[in-house]
Amino acid sequence: MPEAQTTSAEEREFQRLIDADQRIEPRDWMPEAYRKTLVRQISQHAHSEIIGMQPEGNWISRAPSLKRKAILMAKVQDEAGHGLYLYSAAQTLGTDRDTMFDQLITGKARYSSIFSYLTPTWADMGSIGWLVDGAAICNQVPLCRVSYGPYGRAMTRICKEESFHQRQGFEILLQLMRGSAAQQRMAKESVDRWYAPALMMFGPPDDESPNSRQSMDWKIKRFSNDDLRQRFVDMLVPQAEVLGITLPDPDLRWNEERGHYDFGELDWSEFHEVLAGRGQANSVRVSRRRRAHEDGAWVREAARAYADAQAAPERIAS
Amino acid sequence: MTSPGDSGKREIWPLWEVFIRSSRGLSHVHAGSLHAPDETMAVRNARDLYTRRAEGVSIWVVPSSAITASDPDAKGSYFESAQGKEYRHATYYTESESVPHL
Amino acid sequence: MIPKTKNVNPATVTAESIAKSAVVAPAGVASYALGLGDDALILAQRLGEWIASAPELEEDVALANIALDLLGHARSLLTYAGSATGVTEDDLAYFRDEPEFTNRQIFEQPNGDFAQTIARQLVVSVYFAELYRALSGSADPTLAAIAAKASKEVDYHFDHSYQWLLRLGLGTELSHERMQRGLDAVWPFVDELFRADGAQADVAVDPARLRARFDSTVPPLIEEAGLTIPTVQPARGGGRQGVHSEALGPLLAEMQVLARAHPGAKW
Repeated sequence: MPEAQTTSAEEREFQRLIDADQRIEPRDWMPEAYRKTLVRQISQHAHSEIIGMQPEGNWISRAPSLKRKAILMAKVQDEAGHGLYLYSAAQTLGTDRDTMFDQLITGKARYSSIFSYLTPTWADMGSIGWLVDGAAICNQVPLCRVSYGPYGRAMTRICKEESFHQRQGFEILLQLMRGSAAQQRMAKESVDRWYAPALMMFGPPDDESPNSRQSMDWKIKRFSNDDLRQRFVDMLVPQAEVLGITLPDPDLRWNEERGHYDFGELDWSEFHEVLAGRGQANSVRVSRRRRAHEDGAWVREAARAYADAQAAPERIAS
Repeated sequence: MTSPGDSGKREIWPLWEVFIRSSRGLSHVHAGSLHAPDETMAVRNARDLYTRRAEGVSIWVVPSSAITASDPDAKGSYFESAQGKEYRHATYYTESESVPHL
Repeated sequence: MIPKTKNVNPATVTAESIAKSAVVAPAGVASYALGLGDDALILAQRLGEWIASAPELEEDVALANIALDLLGHARSLLTYAGSATGVTEDDLAYFRDEPEFTNRQIFEQPNGDFAQTIARQLVVSVYFAELYRALSGSADPTLAAIAAKASKEVDYHFDHSYQWLLRLGLGTELSHERMQRGLDAVWPFVDELFRADGAQADVAVDPARLRARFDSTVPPLIEEAGLTIPTVQPARGGGRQGVHSEALGPLLAEMQVLARAHPGAKW
């Protein structure tokens, strides 16, 4: 059979599966661009989970109650776990984790720019949970139905586990808003800082997001940036009312006609600054992970050497 | 050809596939994968990673490189022959539909 | 005398369930629980420092699990200890000064490298395992329940440290050397773990009793890993009396800073 014909049959089969809302599995034929886009998207997502451990990890030692300390520790641990699920999913596409991780710690790979912001106050633990995880969940829930099987399965597990993350953040803020004047100030100041960056987590406006169309066609992106952003804002407004916090956007108001909240223009120059590596903490985040990885090299090597020396006997499962 | 994701020997810790029995009476089901230096650590890492919320009562780990998979290009010859043999399914037998206990 | 109370279910005992039950610890039991609670709390705080800095991502998860278990023990023990005087776990954790902390000194020592952390985990996990096994037979039902629950968890912690002891001890020349140094660094603090702390015999476990088990368990493991049992002078100790090394002050300063900036606040 001539080569060209074979390829097109494979392509047709791939497209048929996508169109039928079926899943593509690791060893199926797939266009190189689909594979590459997925590896990039999933590994960036994994990197974000791993780097995202730091802004919250910053407060584990200082959490103001033992209950909060336990919750925060469990949450940061979950993020490590979620990074691992995602690296596993990406690895099924043929790029191994050591390679992806190397791209992260050498600064070649991207991660969500939200984690280049600093967490100077305890209230930031609340804002990250409520706003950042809230935005992440909006993004992630549709990804449970993504066309690539292992990615969808990882996302399903992650979404299930993350259900407590947003709530605990909301409750941190709620508790602060019920507290002293100083606590209330802390909560409001933090939400003021995180609101716009959280909205930018959905990516640039649709007309400036050139790759979105292809990703939508491949069903590795299920809704447009602006649609998800709108959904998020609509969700936030009533929640902010429960908190008694005013969201920092004077243009935020209900639009009867659209059935949605209108909101003001975001300052995308700030987004691009962070993306370009000029955020509050870009270099700190990567170098911290790099240091941990380099400091741990002798441990990983020791375990490998031990395993090689042991020549493990066969184990029978029961 | 081996399992998807197996990196051969490129990685310092190899990849393992993890199977979890979520409760007694059920089969072990594939949960995901992880890295570990050897099988002893793989079981422990699996416990820490995949049963943080009491998801399991038993764990299997298998080196990803030990899995042999069917050839995806042979999907047709492997799996399509079972189609068209509807007589293997109870629903094929319509004459006896209303007869009790059948 | 311990008042006759109903048994507490170890499977479900938590700081919250103890606080809700309105059980009150007798004074002698409370001070004993406080010491154990401080041990677990300070170690959890130390292990928490590893999160996002461990040698591999899987190990971030593993160390966090151990830290979470220990924090759970600390919260139960401190809640129970506080019940005697009507204070909460947080009052005890955040509003006592250094001399009021009664943890033994091994727990407050800096983590060192991964090998040193493993060395300490090995020592304290064996100690905890023996302690909690014995304490689950305590005449005090709350202590017995906390101990029975903790006992299963620290068995796993022991296994974790033992696996790493083998891998580091027998892995590479470098890891062998670091593992030995780690053992050497923690060994001076071993002795203090087994000194009598004057607690009531029927509710508490005499730590001296645990020493024999420790001495028969740990040295063979160290030898199995190709390492040498350190011969060092024991540190002076005194943690149970509020005497601490220089490591505790900064740890507490960090742990307590926010809570103390807002006295009386709820979080």
